[in-house]
Amino acid sequence: MDIAKMTIKAIHTGLENKDFKAEEVTRAYLARIKAFDQGIGAFLSLDEAGAIAMSRGIDEKIQGGEAPGLLTGVPLAVKDNLCTRGLKTTCASRMLEDFVPPYDATVVGRLRERGAVILGKANMDEFAMGSSNENSAFYPVKNPWDMTRVSGGSSGGPAAAVAAGFAPYALGSDTGGSIRMPASFCGLVGVKPTYGAVSRYGLIAFGSSLDQVGPFARTVEDAAIALEGIEGFDPKDATSVEGRVRGGYTASMLSGVKGIRIGVPREFFAQGVDPEVKKTVLRAVKRLEALGAEVEEFSLPITESGLSAYYMISSAEASSNLGRYDGVRFGYRTRDYDGFEEMVVKSRTEAFGQEVKRRIMLGTYVLSSGYYDAYYKKAMLFRQKVRRLFKEAFEVYDAVVSPTVPVLPFKLGEKTQDPLAMYLADLFTVNVNIAGIPAISLPAGFSEGGLPVGIQFMGDHFEETKLFRIAYALEQDLGLNLVPELKEVK
Amino acid sequence: MMATYETVIGLEIHVELNTRSKIFCSCATAFGEAPNVNTCPVCLGLPGVMPVLNQEVVNLAVKAGNALGCEINLINKMDRKNYFYPDLPKAYQISQFDLPVCTGGFVDVLAEGKKTRVNLTRIHIEEDAGKLIHLEDEAYTLVDYNRGGVPLIEIVTEPDIRSAAEAVAFLKKLRAILVYSGISDCRMEQGSMRADVNISLREVGFQGLNTKVEIKNMNSMKEVFKAVKKEESRQLQLYTYGEGHKVVQETRRWDQAKGRTLSMRSKEDAHDYRYFPEPDLPPVKIDGEWVESIRATLPELPDEKKQRMMTTYGLKEAEVDILIEEKEIAEFFEATVVESGEARESANWIITEVLRVMKHEARIPLSPRQLADLVLEVRKGTISRTAAKEVFEVLLTREDETAAIIEEMGLKQISSADALEGIIQGVLEENPQAVADYRAGRTQSFGFLMGRCMKASKGKGNPGIVKQVLEDKLGS
Repeated sequence: MDIAKMTIKAIHTGLENKDFKAEEVTRAYLARIKAFDQGIGAFLSLDEAGAIAMSRGIDEKIQGGEAPGLLTGVPLAVKDNLCTRGLKTTCASRMLEDFVPPYDATVVGRLRERGAVILGKANMDEFAMGSSNENSAFYPVKNPWDMTRVSGGSSGGPAAAVAAGFAPYALGSDTGGSIRMPASFCGLVGVKPTYGAVSRYGLIAFGSSLDQVGPFARTVEDAAIALEGIEGFDPKDATSVEGRVRGGYTASMLSGVKGIRIGVPREFFAQGVDPEVKKTVLRAVKRLEALGAEVEEFSLPITESGLSAYYMISSAEASSNLGRYDGVRFGYRTRDYDGFEEMVVKSRTEAFGQEVKRRIMLGTYVLSSGYYDAYYKKAMLFRQKVRRLFKEAFEVYDAVVSPTVPVLPFKLGEKTQDPLAMYLADLFTVNVNIAGIPAISLPAGFSEGGLPVGIQFMGDHFEETKLFRIAYALEQDLGLNLVPELKEVK
Repeated sequence: MMATYETVIGLEIHVELNTRSKIFCSCATAFGEAPNVNTCPVCLGLPGVMPVLNQEVVNLAVKAGNALGCEINLINKMDRKNYFYPDLPKAYQISQFDLPVCTGGFVDVLAEGKKTRVNLTRIHIEEDAGKLIHLEDEAYTLVDYNRGGVPLIEIVTEPDIRSAAEAVAFLKKLRAILVYSGISDCRMEQGSMRADVNISLREVGFQGLNTKVEIKNMNSMKEVFKAVKKEESRQLQLYTYGEGHKVVQETRRWDQAKGRTLSMRSKEDAHDYRYFPEPDLPPVKIDGEWVESIRATLPELPDEKKQRMMTTYGLKEAEVDILIEEKEIAEFFEATVVESGEARESANWIITEVLRVMKHEARIPLSPRQLADLVLEVRKGTISRTAAKEVFEVLLTREDETAAIIEEMGLKQISSADALEGIIQGVLEENPQAVADYRAGRTQSFGFLMGRCMKASKGKGNPGIVKQVLEDKLGS
């Protein structure tokens, strides 16, 4: 058992055939994390005792003759903005450094019911705000492919954990690209499901109208299995969608891309895209064409305005969502204060990081009276336009393709002094959240320097099936070797 | 010549809805529990939780809209109102901003003999906040979140009210309508109905609106009346002395103990609530047919009841107004009439006696059966009116049948002429002078003899019969 290369499917088969025990799998991952994570920083906390107890329970059941489900006994990493009952959930913020939720997020509960083994809580940009995972209040996440580079963000921890072989899959959240972007940087498959496909209950809110929980995995099949494990209507989330027939991705993804129509939006390959990224993605698109897909260039002029609209909407919602961190009931409270107002001001000033403060101020500003129409309302109108343009595109195409990120994984510290340059990394991912559509990112190949390049497919609402089909066909055709070499850091 | 001024009042009334559970979670709404018992992660606003709208809240809001003649907005939405306050766990209140559940509507009121239609601007749904408990001599404040997330409707009126009396009449009528419809219990003393009063003055004839002052969180009709009177005179004084500019837009607090309003915050300190659509809740979509089905569940409302009671029972408008102000009193009255068949007498007893007792008691202190029997016994002449009042006092404390109590108290009247004959004969024999006076034409001695007879019967003689027998005897 080479733990670093294991997939959900391989672990499941092994458990089914009793080749190994769930506890052995869990212990192997924990040992690998201990050996290598110091250099990477993928985890903020581990739940060794819980993970071992859970896997032992699973082993007893398997021993007793129970057939394990696809996720039973399979370990995973969970982004630290998903509430885990009894386990610290910090959002990588000083504000929630000691917050222990008394409940599980719905997705976490669903996985526990299926016998999933939670290894620990994964690092992230504070409150999921960032594109490099350098905004964690505790430590940044390094890219397992090149430790001088960033993992991408905001779900850098879950991405790095899977890439480094600390877990076969992980859960992240995606508000403007926070799953797809680190998936691209770390050479993984990452899925941002349709808004409303996966429950947000227990996901600590950033931009409520944009946030979705989704999986990271090493293979398209694993990503499909993981999504099937967490999706579906939740009565606790009024924005989750009822009555959709879901799942079945692993079966339907096998049907190939013959006759599938793929749109290539000109604007997503224009200036500003790293030539190596562009070349690698277009080469993958050519492969799809060779496999029988119909590929056509078209115009989708939404990238730049989309980025502005995204930062206004997400920051507006964040400024409201983060109001509850006032030091009254939970989270950080300043030591010395005189009165309520000073307590709130000092607590927030001391416990929020720079980027969080920047977004709260931006969001407060765009919602304030006199500016609402010029900013928030305008952004909401643009949002309608993005939805309309995507609808029109999906009347013609089954999927729209683009690079996931315009640039290659950059160096730690390279963009931290220039927030605007950092925001540009989200150029191709944010519109998916604005429109509420699903998208998948998977490896398209490597740069000359050996850095992973991700390709993104976007589909119409609840058309994940088509995305898995395309992604699976491409993955099988490319046959990339996706395991980085890690050096032990003591 | 000095200008004359009129008062312009608009009200905002918060009413807690009669639901078992809170607006966005399944916690109970019960009043009077130990602090923070009725709370959960959702109403405490813990990280990651999400609201789910309680459908019953929409039902009751639509019902209120139906009862108040509003237009129901078949698509309406929830918004966030953002501000920091320790009683507001999420730092935003989920409310409705530009698309409320109801618009328009009206309440017709009668005050100081004048009928007025008070138009409504809107009704919207929102959640209540928690309650701060300030401890004396302590540097800290405690928060009780039991009330946080209790469903409210806010009813906003147009500036159609012209006096303190009209404001109170409006509140009483509104309260009656909401209680009758089962929308709220509207207990002002428990805070389940609270009023904010917006008040300004203007020269009679001027159609515009002058700067208004808002008096927040009034929790009794009496105090609303006093506060309006006080604020009216404060503003009138300023206008009269040419200092109208000193009426500034501000929020004032009513100091009940001192009987005056005090400035809380001016317009400059007003919050910018940064309203925006609540992303956690989809728009509220209401089916038109369903609105009609809710309308069909409305009970008889105060105005209809009033008309019917005036016609059916032949009572005066003023009497009916008193009887219908509280739903339970109206029901008690009608139950008593069913038992007794006596509308007029039942109404008199309730207006003078039952309501007198209820000034100090929350519950109706006797059963319709008990009161009906009392009315009937008086009519039959079994007991006198004076004796009946004594019986009434006893009925307040006991559940026994009226007849049994009359028996026990020995208050039965003697209505038989034969039985009274001897007593009256005795009185005449003992008072020959008075008899002689009467027969000599000095008829005022009749009253004296009547009194003697009643006394001799120990008050039990039926006065009508006594009078008749006495007249017969004196005439013979």
